[in-house]
Order: sequence, then C-alpha cells, then structure tokens
Amino acid sequence: MRKKLIATVLAGAFGFAGASFAADNSVEVLHWWTSGGEAAALNVLKGNLEKQGIKWNDMPVAGGGGEAAMTAVRARVTAGNPPTAVQMLGFDILDWGKQGVVADLNAVAAKEGWDKTVPAALQKFSKYNGKWIAAPVNVHSTNWVWANKEVLAKAGVTSDPKNWDEFIAAAEKVQKAGFIAIAHGGQPWQDATIFDGVVLTTGGVDYYRAAFIDLDPKAINSPTTEKVFQRMSQIRKLVDKDFSGRDWNVASGMVISGKAGFQIMGDWAKGEFLNAKKVPGKDFLCYRMPGTQGMVSFNSDQFVMFKVGSDKADAQAKLASAILDPGFQSAFNVVKGSVPARTDVPDTAFDACGKKGMKDLAEANKKNTLVGSIAHGHAVPASQKNAIYDVVTRHFNGQIDDKKAVADLAAALKQ
Amino acid sequence: MRAGVLPKLLLSPSVLLVLVCVYGYIMFTIYLSFTSSTLMPSYEWTGTASYQRLFAQENWHVALSNLWVFASLYIGVAVVLGMGFAILIDQHIRAEGVFRSIFLYPMALSFIVTGTAWKWLLDPGVGLEHTMHDLGWESFAFGWIKDSDMAIYCVVIAAVWQTTGFVMALFLAGLRGVDAEQISAARVDGARTWQIYLHIIIPQLGPVFVSAFVILAHMAIKSYDLVIALTNGGPGRSTWLPSVFMYQYSFTRNEMAIGAASAVMMLAAIGMVVLPYLYSEMRKVKNG
Repeated sequence: MRKKLIATVLAGAFGFAGASFAADNSVEVLHWWTSGGEAAALNVLKGNLEKQGIKWNDMPVAGGGGEAAMTAVRARVTAGNPPTAVQMLGFDILDWGKQGVVADLNAVAAKEGWDKTVPAALQKFSKYNGKWIAAPVNVHSTNWVWANKEVLAKAGVTSDPKNWDEFIAAAEKVQKAGFIAIAHGGQPWQDATIFDGVVLTTGGVDYYRAAFIDLDPKAINSPTTEKVFQRMSQIRKLVDKDFSGRDWNVASGMVISGKAGFQIMGDWAKGEFLNAKKVPGKDFLCYRMPGTQGMVSFNSDQFVMFKVGSDKADAQAKLASAILDPGFQSAFNVVKGSVPARTDVPDTAFDACGKKGMKDLAEANKKNTLVGSIAHGHAVPASQKNAIYDVVTRHFNGQIDDKKAVADLAAALKQ
Repeated sequence: MRAGVLPKLLLSPSVLLVLVCVYGYIMFTIYLSFTSSTLMPSYEWTGTASYQRLFAQENWHVALSNLWVFASLYIGVAVVLGMGFAILIDQHIRAEGVFRSIFLYPMALSFIVTGTAWKWLLDPGVGLEHTMHDLGWESFAFGWIKDSDMAIYCVVIAAVWQTTGFVMALFLAGLRGVDAEQISAARVDGARTWQIYLHIIIPQLGPVFVSAFVILAHMAIKSYDLVIALTNGGPGRSTWLPSVFMYQYSFTRNEMAIGAASAVMMLAAIGMVVLPYLYSEMRKVKNG
C-alpha cells in the first residue's frame, strides 16, 4: 500500500514536469486597466488571441498610475518568474531594459516593418540598444479638457475657450451656476496630469523641453515656472472640497452625470464617457487644454516582453504581433479613447474626438511639438518624476506657496 | 534540567529558518543601504551616501514628524482608554462578558478593513458629515480626512479604535492579578474606591504598562496597511509614515538604497523600544 502511494506521487510529479516542457500556448499579462472602459478595450486583444488558440492569463493590479503594478513586476522578476508581458510607460521600459531581463522582438519587428510605422518619439521608449523590447499599444495624450455640454449650456458658456483666461472665466461661470467647475481626483498623478497641460499652455514646447526634459536649471528657476504654479492655484479654487483621494474615473463620472462641468484628464477619460453611452459633440465636448492646440504631451502604453522560457517564446511573439496588428490597433483604440501607435491605421472607425486626436498627433509629429508627458514617465525617469509629483501635490494641497514651489522644484531636479 | 538532544533537534529547523529568513535578510537590507541600488539591488558600495540623501528628503521629515504625532497620541490614548474600560469592567458589573466581547471585537479585523471602513465613515461626502447634514444638523463639519494638517489624527482615531480592546484585555488581566487582601485591608482603613485605584492598584500595574507600551510602540512604527487603506498617504504626502516612505522609495521611486536606509532607521527605532525591555526580562530570568 505504501509503495503504491509513493509510486503514484512520483508519477504525478514527473507528469507535471513532463507537461511543462510542451509548448505553452498561454500568455500572462500584467496591467492596471481595471476601470470599465479600459477592461472593455483589453477584451478586444483577449478575443483576438483566443481566436489564435492562445490562452490569456489576466493579471490586473489596480491603481490608476500603475504604481502597484510596477511593484508586482519587480517581485515577479526578482523571483525569476516574470509575466509574459507587462504594461509599462516611458522610462520604466528603459530601466527594465537596462536590467537585461527583457526579450528581443527584432524578428517580429523586422517582419512587420515596425520601424517605418511607429512614430519616432514612441520608438525612443520601445527600443533599448537598438533592439525592440516592447510593443506599443496606443498613444494617449494628457493635455485634454472634457466638458459636459448640458452643464456648460446651463451655466451660460456658449463657446469653447480659446486661451487660459477664457477657460478660467468659463469655469468660474460653471461654479457660479451651482455646479462643480472642475472634477478632480486629488491623487499625485492626477495633480501632475493637470500640470502637464498647464506647463504647455504657459511656456510652450520649448520651455517644456528645456525645463522638464533637459532639466535646464535656468528654465526651471524662471518666472514662467512661477506662472505655472500660479495657474495651478487658480485650478485649485475651482475644484470641490472633497477632491482629495478621489479616483480619476469617479471624477469622470461627476462630469458624465452632470454634477461637474469640466475635467482636465488624459484621453483615457473618453473611454468612461463612451462606456456610459455618451456621444462626443452631443453629450460631451473634447478639446485641447486651451492654449495648447497644436502641441501634444503624449504617453504610450507599451507591453514589455520579458525573457520567458523557450516554450512560451512562440506565444509571446504572437502576442507582440497581435498588438501591432492594424485591425487590433483600430478596434482597441476606438474603445480606449487613445490613438493608434501606428501611423498607417485609417481613422474611419473613430469618433469625432478620436479623429481629432489622430489629426493632432500627426500634426505634432510633423511639427516636432510632440513631447513626452511629465506626469506619466515620458519626460524624466521615475525618481525625478516622483520628485516633481511631491512638489506639485504639496503645492496643490496648499502646503507650499507658488514661490516655494519653484524653489523646491529646482532643488528636487538639481542634477 | 538540561534539555536533551530531541528538543534541540525539533527546534533547529525553526531556528535555522528564523536565522536565515529574518536575521539574514535584515543583514542584507543593512548592506543594501550602503550601496547604490536603485531599481534592483546592486552591490556597489557607496558608504553613507544613501543616509545623507535620506536625511535631505523632505518626505522623510514629514514621515518622522507624523510618526511622532501618531505614536504618542496612539499609545497615550489607547492606554488611558484601555485602562479606563478595564477599571469599569472590573466593577463586577452584570454583563461583563458581553462588554468585554464588544470592546475586543475590533481586534478581530485586519487594519485594511478598519482603514477602509473608517475612510468611508470619515469622508465628508458619504460618511459622518453627510449623515449629520441629512439628519438636519447643517453646520456640522468633519472633513479632517481631506485636510492636510488634520488627516494624521484620523489615522490615530482608526488605530485607537482597533487596539483599545486589546489594551483593555491586558489591563483587565493585570487588575485581576492584584492581591485581594490589600484591597480589603485598604477598605478597612476607610479608603474610597478611587483612592484604592489611584494609590494601590495602578502602581502595581507597572509591568502591564510596559507590555502595552512595547506592543503599541512597535505597531505604531510598523503601521503601513492602516495608512494606505485610510488615506493612501493622505492629501498629497501629509500622512506618510516611515513605513510608507520605505515602500514608496524602494519600489515606486526606484530608490532602493534610500528605502533600505529608511528601513534600517525603523529597525533602530524599534530596537530602542524593544531591546531594553528584552534585556530587563532576561536579567529577571537569570536572577531567578
């Protein structure tokens, strides 16, 4: 009896070991797309892969800015068991590339001609040492304003504001009419997302690049920076008193339900509006942060492929290919609210806001006014990004004044 | 009676595990704090550079001052309330078992549950303030959790609510251990109840105070899940505690060396609280 038991256990153990050597037709994907609109968009990729016979193991880690997800990745990679693909933004991709734990996608990239179809500004983050390590899914941009048309009409705002002062005036009208002027969630990454747009509208692309990408101390310690913080203080007066800690999709919900007039948020907010069956142009308006038309501060979600065993490599290559497939790029980005990461995808399936986004991206790509988002890790690496978060969120919460904010920012970004 | 071979053999796996997994990893963290680790551990020695950068971080000073406020209020209020409840329950009241259970129930919850529940209760939009407004008391305001200066006190409230029952149980046990003869003698001498408590019973509860202090102090220093569940670091960074700082710097901001340095500081703080206690206990054992 005992001999039988031992024999069965050993057979089972070898059985498991044997099974794992066969080709594993599954991919494990770690991401933080957990809100309604985002999950719906990801389901498109899931469906496409299942049609190819590849099983999708979902590993969502909630948290709008991706902080919790990055910690989960670190734990998995250190344990030697990385997921097949991980959603990542900007400099995080390059940081992981430096660690030497990522896969080489040059074969897939060459076969499908990624070098020609993906914008250069994105490729800066998809490649490390000349090798493709990530497949870009989309291009989001952060300098958008979303408005509830009915609330604006009730408040007497008849035309889209063309510059900052008109925007503040319109928001104040909404506030006087009894609505919340700007729906905002007081999490540091959301404060910083507003900061992106305010920097662009106050100083333009040249100041943005000098101060926040090149970290030129003269640009940081300038009257322009003080003006940026003064404008952030103006926004502070237009949010409701319960803004602290609110999630971004709850803030979008406030605009959707008519409690608030505006939200300053990246174009992933459009996904929430679409999920609530709202129509752009009829129920809600989308325009660039007043004063930033012609400029785009972008962040691109990319799926970084980690080095997995040879049994999973085939499924991983198929995943990369499926991500950059033009049909998928169109279907996914229509739902997600972003713009395709390939420049050769037609815009027929997109709604009015999506078409505008694609047009703005093409224009910014041509005029070289396409800059990486500060708030989402496309301007400076994580350590400095968080230092900027510290100053912006302290200032937004009223703990430091405008002048001290400039000084703190200069100290934090000192090279 | 000297221990034979069998007990030593039984204990050795656990001892080995603790030696490696607790003390070994502590040594690893201490080593990391002297290196240039950022995203992943690196073994390049940089001396005390990380500590210097640590002390230059404003976030660290916010975390330290928050810890000071939080720990002193948490320990102080929990001990006073716990002792108060214990004395009240000790009065041979009728439903003593019921009251004991009611006060001890919060201990059964994890800090995450406590934090989340109190987050909703203290939120002006959906919690206490909203309810008071609905009931007609329009001018009631309790938006502490959204206020940068007051949010740390909300963390104190939730933490005290969770642990007061436990402190009460400690004191109740201590009270019951006081010699009944002394109390009878005092009554014969005409002492009133509050005098008996103040001059006879409470001075004898010294060891209980020490135990309560040590347990509460180390819980205060390690407090992470409560802060994250309640305020997620608070408006901006205003409810950061050293544990939150350590996690953020090690894992989110890719500054592992600074995070390790802050962990070493936390270890030193806990050591300062626990080691004198351990030392005095061991001396008691040695002296019979």
